[in-house]
Amino acid sequence: MKKSSTPVRDPARKTPPADAADRAPAPAPPPWQVATDPAPLLPDERPFRVLGTPAEAAADPALLLRLYADLVRGRRFNTQATALTRQGRLAVYPSSAGQEACEVAAAAVLADRDWLFPSYRDSLAAVARGVDPVEALTLLRGDRHTGYDPYRYRVAPLSTPLATQLPHAVGLAHAARIKGDDVVALALVGDGGTSEGDFHEAMNFAAVWRAPVVFLVQNNGFAISVPLAKQSAAPTLAHKAVGYGMPGRLVDGNDVAAVHTVLDEALRRARTGGGPTLVEAVTYRVDAHTNADDATRYRDDEEVEAWRAYDPVRLLEAALRGRGLLDDGEVARVAADAEDMAARLRERMNTDPVLDPMDLFAQVYAERTDQLEEQARLLRAELDAEAGAAGTSGREDAR
Amino acid sequence: MTTVAQRPGAKPATMAQALQRALRDAMAEDPAVHVMGEDVGTLGGVFRITDGLAAEFGDERCTDTPLAEAGILGTAVGMAMYGLRPVVEMQFDAFAYPSFEQLVSHVAKMRNRTGGAMPMPLTIRIPYGGGIGGVEHHSDSSEAYYMATPGLHVYTPATVEDAYGMLRAAIASDDPVVFLEPKRLYWSKAPWSPDAPAAVEPAGRAVVRRPGSSATLITYGPSLPVCLEAAEAARAEGWDLEVVDLRSLVPFDDETVVRSVRRTGRAVVVHESTGFGGPGGEIAARVSERCFHHLEAPVLRVAGFDIPYPPPMQERHHLPGVDRVLDAVARLQWEAES
Repeated sequence: MKKSSTPVRDPARKTPPADAADRAPAPAPPPWQVATDPAPLLPDERPFRVLGTPAEAAADPALLLRLYADLVRGRRFNTQATALTRQGRLAVYPSSAGQEACEVAAAAVLADRDWLFPSYRDSLAAVARGVDPVEALTLLRGDRHTGYDPYRYRVAPLSTPLATQLPHAVGLAHAARIKGDDVVALALVGDGGTSEGDFHEAMNFAAVWRAPVVFLVQNNGFAISVPLAKQSAAPTLAHKAVGYGMPGRLVDGNDVAAVHTVLDEALRRARTGGGPTLVEAVTYRVDAHTNADDATRYRDDEEVEAWRAYDPVRLLEAALRGRGLLDDGEVARVAADAEDMAARLRERMNTDPVLDPMDLFAQVYAERTDQLEEQARLLRAELDAEAGAAGTSGREDAR
Repeated sequence: MTTVAQRPGAKPATMAQALQRALRDAMAEDPAVHVMGEDVGTLGGVFRITDGLAAEFGDERCTDTPLAEAGILGTAVGMAMYGLRPVVEMQFDAFAYPSFEQLVSHVAKMRNRTGGAMPMPLTIRIPYGGGIGGVEHHSDSSEAYYMATPGLHVYTPATVEDAYGMLRAAIASDDPVVFLEPKRLYWSKAPWSPDAPAAVEPAGRAVVRRPGSSATLITYGPSLPVCLEAAEAARAEGWDLEVVDLRSLVPFDDETVVRSVRRTGRAVVVHESTGFGGPGGEIAARVSERCFHHLEAPVLRVAGFDIPYPPPMQERHHLPGVDRVLDAVARLQWEAES
């Protein structure tokens, strides 16, 4: 980013005519603006791709194979979680099917010391980063808001209020920089989330503070039912970066190698003091918003089928097969591994969580207030009465 | 109940000075304490509460942020996640509203929603209330919103000494504290020794500011001086009024309040905030539930009217004053005694 201290001049100003010499000279505008050249900040003209382009040859085969396994597992995680909603084991599941390239690349690109800030649709990114899948799903099962320790995995709680996690990522990255730690925050948000005020404020703070943070917008085409055209009139969402003075990148969100490359570059920039980057990944939510949504009310089957054909898993599989890096045996082995993961998840989710109602009063404050003590006693008495009633009826049955 | 002893060697100081000193001492003691907000750096804040902090501790410890309250509080949440102890200044009561989602959905809930893994040790300082001739949007009493949000502590000092001690306690707290500063008391003076300041222990407890036997005035923040003046004036009527300064709305010190009202048998709650849906309703209900058999009269409320805060040339009609407090005291069914 180049800054010029040359004052902006009014091109309409000309040399005054000679007869004006005895008049007071027109005041010149004081220097009022430092110009920033926007050109280096502009995003790619079309979504950056790696697979099926000359860039593919330079891609690390080991990384691609790892991403392939992550993608297959990710897809299986999505189908399994959706199945769990039908079995009543999850209250709701906002699927990231079709978006797995973004989810797994976001997890894979981070170092252990970095932080991930997911939204509610990013359970998969959390799992791909290492969060225990059952712990990641407690929010959607409905037994605990956040089932994992954020500090253990360096994954912030899944954020349901849209875009509110973005300023958290900025603040954390800023704090890490203050402390001199080499830590970058990667924050995930959807296309709908870019309309929120918190998106704007987070971008602005990040740029002003040159915080080591990267924003990944997964533009999956819809905010529940509302298409992007009703959400934003920006040329692309990545163009919004320019207004904040940070670079924007546009990437093919179904090309996992491209997403990984672009995020990796952005993270390097952040680590080396270059400040934040806004990355827009163009992808598609092939499932409905959640299992409770009916997507046929707002979009055509043909559109969905076109995106299903441009599937992130098949895209990478074709590329790997084309380069001779993948054969039927490896495909079967990866699929079997994903199936094992799904079977374990199914089994663990098929047991009822053990809950203690008295936990309602835990961790509202560091220490319970007198009022909460009083309410905890009320609930305790209710529970004891319930248990007593159950015990009494049990004895009556025995008579 | 906590009593506040006056220190030897005390000189007149303003509440603003005590608050500034509290911030300074907290920053000197703990490098994790970071002050942030609009104009808090070079200018020292519009009320000068952060005066000199940027010069002493640097821009990174006392930061002029972009003008965006949700962003200020949202980034403070992230800083707290990483082990800092942010102290956020909201410039005025009504300017804090854009930060409401961050406050309610994250600041207040983060400890609970992470099972205690992620506490939020941050302080949100908000100058509040009227009486300074401020134009529209500069005089709101917004405490009821904060009180109604589980997970937040809500403190409001009314004296110079408490301003220091309670702000230190708020910053030291591992829970988020909404710290409401009665802006019309910023320039109130009291003898105070900045060289021997002490934190208020325990935080969250009310204090009896004036002992009395006829009735209890329950109040906080900007209405404390009004109640103390009313209590003095009431002596002429033969009423010996006790004045309880709540100091903390959350947690609420039922014990001190109940002990006082059970003894006096009569109570009036006094605050600037609107009466309908205001803190007084909750306080009156708590007192009624706990003191019913000791009460000689219904618990009354003296509050701001249920109107948007009026233009400054009209505000004296809105704010509860001594006369309105005394009128309420007069309605506490004294005739039953004679």
